[in-house]
Amino acid sequence: MIKNILAVATVSLAFLACQPNSKKLPIIGDREVVEKVVDGKTVIDTIYPAIPNFEFLNQDSVLISDKNFENKIYVANFFFTHCPSICPTMQRNLLKAYEKFKGNSGVAFLSHSIDFKHDQPHVLKSYASKLGVDNDQWQFVTGSKADIYGISDKYLVFTKEDENVAGGYDHSGYLVLIDHEKHIRGVYDGTSEEETEKLLSDIDILLAEYK
Amino acid sequence: MKLVCTLLIFGLMIIGFAQLSSCHNNNLNIQTAQYAVNGQKLYKIHCQNCHGAKGEGLGKLYPPLTDKNFLSKNRNQLACIIKNGLKGEIVINGETFNQNMPALSTLNDVDIAYILTYVTTHFGDADSTFSQDEVAQSLKDCK
Repeated sequence: MIKNILAVATVSLAFLACQPNSKKLPIIGDREVVEKVVDGKTVIDTIYPAIPNFEFLNQDSVLISDKNFENKIYVANFFFTHCPSICPTMQRNLLKAYEKFKGNSGVAFLSHSIDFKHDQPHVLKSYASKLGVDNDQWQFVTGSKADIYGISDKYLVFTKEDENVAGGYDHSGYLVLIDHEKHIRGVYDGTSEEETEKLLSDIDILLAEYK
Repeated sequence: MKLVCTLLIFGLMIIGFAQLSSCHNNNLNIQTAQYAVNGQKLYKIHCQNCHGAKGEGLGKLYPPLTDKNFLSKNRNQLACIIKNGLKGEIVINGETFNQNMPALSTLNDVDIAYILTYVTTHFGDADSTFSQDEVAQSLKDCK
């Protein structure tokens, strides 16, 4: 009997040990297949959707852009400071990731405010410090309605101004994981503790790609 | 071997049950416990987003609900805070908070009684039901 238990334990250990190495995160989004001519030959190339260049004002009233996220993986989301519904839970969960990877210069966080009227930089600053964010690894940004709502589509996050919902803005609470090439590598429900745990382990998996 | 296993399982079960019953204030009477169970469901819907599953709050944005002194000293204001929201500074566990809390004006007296029974018995040190009458009385005298 003991022998049997040992055998089962060994096999499951072997499985557990092998799993992390074989895992690679997918690239998410509709890919486009294009034909190009290289050196006189027609080749087929696959283009994955990527987050376009951007420029937003952060909590210190400094203009930041995609350049600030070069050679980093980052987690993006959409929120607003006085949001009464899903945001507190989503930010509570993202805070777990921030605290886990605090000090790791390869990981950053980017929260876009969808309330372009109220969430001026000083409001974002006060929110960030009250949340417990005390370095520039987690950026809180505001921008024009067109820019913020436009880029949320690229992150596959739904956002809409809607006076019929609590707080005045409707949006989904996804945490979106972006790699160095600005591809989406994971989408997690920021209101779920289970999915947040998955985000934490997926960040480790993605970081391993750049070691 | 079999006997040892059976004994072990029984032992673990006894420890498990003992743990379960010691988790919470187990002096609650049956009505208080029922109110608290209903209150927990409503708490999840209306309060947990900001105040957290264990009433721990969130940073310095949203205060914890675990300040036993605040809960007992302000017992007659708690219903008003839920129903009408809150503005301005408050001090909880020695920390100052200043964030508007939205009013939950659609909750009726019995819902508020359920929530407050849950909050005061599970996060505070109260051991009795927050009755519907107590809520109605408090709401009459809101500051």
